[in-house]
Amino acid sequence: MLSVLLTGTVIAQVGKPFIHDPSTIMECDGKYYTFGTGGGGLISQDGWTWNSGAVRPGGGAAPDAIKIGDRYLVVYGSTGGGLNGGHSGKILTMWNKTLDPKSPDFKFTDAIVVTASDGIEDCDAIDPGLLLDPTDGRLWMSYGTYFGFIRLVELDPKTGKRVEGNKAINIAIDCEATDLMYRDGWYYLLGTHGTCCDGANSTYNIVVGRSKKVTGPYLDNMGREMIEGGGKMVVAAGGRVTGPGHFGRFIIGDGIEKMSCHYEADLDQSGRSVLAIRPLLWKNGWPVAGDNFKEGTYKIESERRGYALELVVDFTRMAGGMRGFNRNNDEPIKPVASQELADVIKTWPTENIGVRIGDYLFRPHQKWTITAVPEAGGYIGGPYYKIVIAGTDRALAATAEAEVVTVPAFTGAPEQLWRIDQLTDATYRIMPKVVPNSNENLVLVSSGDSTPTLAKFDMNSDNSKWNFKAY
Amino acid sequence: MVGLGSQGYSATQVDTNTAAKSDTTRSIAPYFTPGTTKKMTPDAKGFIQRWLLLEPINKPNRGNTVFTDSYLRTNFSTEYFQNQFTVLPKNGEKVKVGEQELTWHALESSIYNVKLYRFAYGLRKQVYGVIFWAVTVVNSPQEMKNVRLAVGSNSSSMWWLNGKEALLLSGDRRMVVDDCVSTRLTLNKGKNIIRGAVINGPGMSDFCVRFLDERGQPIKNITISYE
Repeated sequence: MLSVLLTGTVIAQVGKPFIHDPSTIMECDGKYYTFGTGGGGLISQDGWTWNSGAVRPGGGAAPDAIKIGDRYLVVYGSTGGGLNGGHSGKILTMWNKTLDPKSPDFKFTDAIVVTASDGIEDCDAIDPGLLLDPTDGRLWMSYGTYFGFIRLVELDPKTGKRVEGNKAINIAIDCEATDLMYRDGWYYLLGTHGTCCDGANSTYNIVVGRSKKVTGPYLDNMGREMIEGGGKMVVAAGGRVTGPGHFGRFIIGDGIEKMSCHYEADLDQSGRSVLAIRPLLWKNGWPVAGDNFKEGTYKIESERRGYALELVVDFTRMAGGMRGFNRNNDEPIKPVASQELADVIKTWPTENIGVRIGDYLFRPHQKWTITAVPEAGGYIGGPYYKIVIAGTDRALAATAEAEVVTVPAFTGAPEQLWRIDQLTDATYRIMPKVVPNSNENLVLVSSGDSTPTLAKFDMNSDNSKWNFKAY
Repeated sequence: MVGLGSQGYSATQVDTNTAAKSDTTRSIAPYFTPGTTKKMTPDAKGFIQRWLLLEPINKPNRGNTVFTDSYLRTNFSTEYFQNQFTVLPKNGEKVKVGEQELTWHALESSIYNVKLYRFAYGLRKQVYGVIFWAVTVVNSPQEMKNVRLAVGSNSSSMWWLNGKEALLLSGDRRMVVDDCVSTRLTLNKGKNIIRGAVINGPGMSDFCVRFLDERGQPIKNITISYE
């Protein structure tokens, strides 16, 4: 896990990721899409660089999207939420075979109203969130704002229409931008709490409650119902970004999940509202936002035994040794200098050097500096990184034999680029962008306590997991 | 409270939805019923449902971001009507606040919280840019030490027990059960008076109030009256 001693920086998505109320991220034909308030949305080729270009008709606010079969269902609020000063609104659904506006198949069906609010009742028909229940295939939609209740209705996953005779259920108050998800027998209701739309002063934050039934009641970690205002924090402001809101879940694979949201204000980007993608962690059955990887110098620790990734070089002893017993304890105490790179680098080979995992003594051959390589692009949630021995350009690389080695200098070759994903248990997966002569997706693993290699990722094995510690 | 402890509840089958459907008739029913002299205890979770509510005082605010601690202390200590901090009003009693003539209403909330927005809306009063005053009487069978007043309000509010400030909920708040809890207080044997003031710009206004004992459990062995 990351310690608090980090000096690196974290950046939001790159490109022009300016959006408010982003829908759950959809992948379509190798590209990524999210829609926002006001129509349109963002497209990304790799999940890291986002720019405008997605197309969503209907205008209105706060859409969501879900893939059902081979079609995408997009839902949005046409008014409501105090827009134009009122709380009268409608929520509509529409289908498309593709989200790529350049595709000949790109055509939205006519939008269908699935619920509405009359402007007076205790509910705003706005801010929909969709869940296709993986246990039975039923399609649910939550919606609403601070103006009264968050409500749950059932839609027909074949038509996108409201299930005939379905009655709305009140499931929460004090929320906007709700969303639903399911995991391990629990239904989770995510809601955005706090104040919206006030830039750096927005107190938006995302909270969660859970229930064994999709219809609720949704309780927080204190047993308080969300219909009493309960909610456990998933993500709040931090760093230089304020107001996370409008949760969406994106599952990459077993143990690798991301959450999307917007920040009301990114103080490094003119205080604009931006798309954010962060790791989604699970702690004691509760979702919580992880931290995007921060550049810095780290011990790379194997979760298997706790040993650290290091160069295969001669161990250079530090001066001294055990001080001995029965010495005068009144002698002045003074610090002992750490071993520095200059103390040892001349003993290292200059060509490729192998890598192993060993006892950590914070020595130069065990400290790795990890920095983003902006020109290398990225993946959903992060840029590619280079991993070099601190103070050098000696870079970790994948080999054609599916092993790992260090090369004397980083060249930008794809086997020297690494993807770093925080896993749902807060450890990390470290994955080369490519393994030469291989189409397999392999990751850095411990094949023995002391031996690293590349192999398929297994969330159920600590061999596949690593930690970054800044000491 | 509607829905508490239930496995979800249909918006078309319970009080809250009945309320939603009847909104167009502009009534405080079914959120409130007229106050009575029947013995009344807090609800199953300890929430106090019997209150004297004053029709909203005009206090224009286009947003709620102005509700800093300083702003609230200034505006909650302002005397809007005579004997504001001492009066135990009667149902139907009227007060003058500037050009406004406002009436006290003795009411019983049909749900755990007091929906001030619906109170104002149902009485055809202004709903935004307002200050509400609320008063109730808590009768304790014996002296209770180390109790805490627990309040949630939308938006900011200030609360007094027996004339002493107990809580200030500042900022742009939503009503959350047990959002703010007082320091340890003493409920006197016999009569105790709670006063509250809730301020809001745009959006719904409401509050929920209960007492918690030393273990954090709701206090229910008290009665609530208007006098």
